[in-house]
Amino acid sequence: MRDVAVVAFAQSASAQEGDRNEVEVLMPVVTEVRDQVGVTTADLDFVCSGSTDYQAGVPFSFVMTLDAIGPWPPIRESHVDMDGAWALYEAWVKIQMGAADTALVYAYGKSSPGDIRRVLSRQLDPYVTAPLWPDPDALAALQARCLLDADMATEADFASVAARSLAAAEANPHAVVAGARSVEDLLDEAYLASPLRRHDCPPVTDGAAAVILAAGDRARDLCERPAWITGIDHRIDPHQLGMRDLTAAPSVRVAAERAGVADGPVDVAELHTPYSHQELIVRRELGLADGTEVNPSGGALVANAVMAAGLVRIGEVAERISSGRAGRGVAHATSGPCLQQNLVCVLEGDRGR
Amino acid sequence: MTELSLPARFEGVEMIQRVRIPARLAYEFTAGVATSRFLRQVVRKRLVGERCPVCTKVYVPPRGACPTCGVATAEQVELGHTGTITSYCIVNVAFYGQAMDLPYVSALVLLDGSDLPIMHLIGEVPYDEVHMGMRVEAVWEDGDEMEPTLEAIRYFRPTGEPDADPATYGEHV
Repeated sequence: MRDVAVVAFAQSASAQEGDRNEVEVLMPVVTEVRDQVGVTTADLDFVCSGSTDYQAGVPFSFVMTLDAIGPWPPIRESHVDMDGAWALYEAWVKIQMGAADTALVYAYGKSSPGDIRRVLSRQLDPYVTAPLWPDPDALAALQARCLLDADMATEADFASVAARSLAAAEANPHAVVAGARSVEDLLDEAYLASPLRRHDCPPVTDGAAAVILAAGDRARDLCERPAWITGIDHRIDPHQLGMRDLTAAPSVRVAAERAGVADGPVDVAELHTPYSHQELIVRRELGLADGTEVNPSGGALVANAVMAAGLVRIGEVAERISSGRAGRGVAHATSGPCLQQNLVCVLEGDRGR
Repeated sequence: MTELSLPARFEGVEMIQRVRIPARLAYEFTAGVATSRFLRQVVRKRLVGERCPVCTKVYVPPRGACPTCGVATAEQVELGHTGTITSYCIVNVAFYGQAMDLPYVSALVLLDGSDLPIMHLIGEVPYDEVHMGMRVEAVWEDGDEMEPTLEAIRYFRPTGEPDADPATYGEHV
């Protein structure tokens, strides 16, 4: 296996991009990530992006968004209709194959043009579930209810996750909601989709994220302290909700084993858990120890740019390693209803090197 | 594989061969900062493109970025209302939502001073006389207050000038 590292990361997020189109949202983020390591698009061997036309409401919208990259002379480029974390996986495979030494990975999503709650219902099975238009908050509430009924968590546990995330968000300039609240205070709020309250659910967010990957010596040239990807894997559970035990996420567990999460101490974990109770499930499936700092950014409960939020988790962990605040960390990304599909990425600094 | 069996009451029931599941999503499209600047000028019967600071090309309508250089366009460039047909299509086939009588001509018009043709209709000329290199001018809708859309231009019509030198628009063919 080749040594591949995250050498740069940039992001933006806001509750609603009133005036800017997708290109105008993405371009400053791509410019910033290239400037961090002093490269141009021409210096990068591969470009891979993640987004979905269902958010923009425009077919092949990702082709138009290439305007933000400067694809001239022609570039080698690919796109996934998935969160940018999966675009990063494709770029990582490309580098492992020896077909590239560097790659730009980006993702963007404006949830505000459409009704994201209706849009996300379109990913469900088209015969018996999607025709009901169940929104993601309702499906997540079913999952949370399963946890309560199995005595695996309480509503206070959900509120504890939200309280910690909202407090952490105060230090995150990209958070769209923030502010320390007590668990008791949060439990006094009305239900949004019982047993979930507003703070247990993600805020509608418009945003973008970009990462630069580099292999071996090229990574060391570009970055003083690269965040090496020592393991990465993604797995998927059945599409049909009725076929799953919603209190578990076996795909997280398998991906964590394959990525080697347990091979060393985990200083920090950024989990893409848009609903508070999902953090409890993912944390358990990853086997994280109590000492691991979870979602110091505030996580997807405080900024959830759909299609970018998973890539942001990888960037947040990488940034903490590159700045020396963490030695080894785990990033997780999810897709689909109720944690259906999951990606786990382990990142490490140069251990004594 | 486990053998699947249906409850007795479903035995012999006709299989469902197909279902129709209508789905509709509504969006509020954001033109973007640069295109909004352009559309606000169209209301005043002005065509304002934007120039790339790197390759100096002028884009109309501007979308906020130079699609080759990947940098923001900022400098506003007011364009004339004349241009050259770089390509065209005579539409003979009826289709759903069609607003024009057949046949009509849809063309790419390279506005003078710009580097990206816009698509528009050609009028006041028999369709079989339309050709590449033909010089045309915008015919605006009546009224002082236009809607912020390129439909504020009714169509382009020939100016009667000699054809443009192919070298001036060859890059766009």
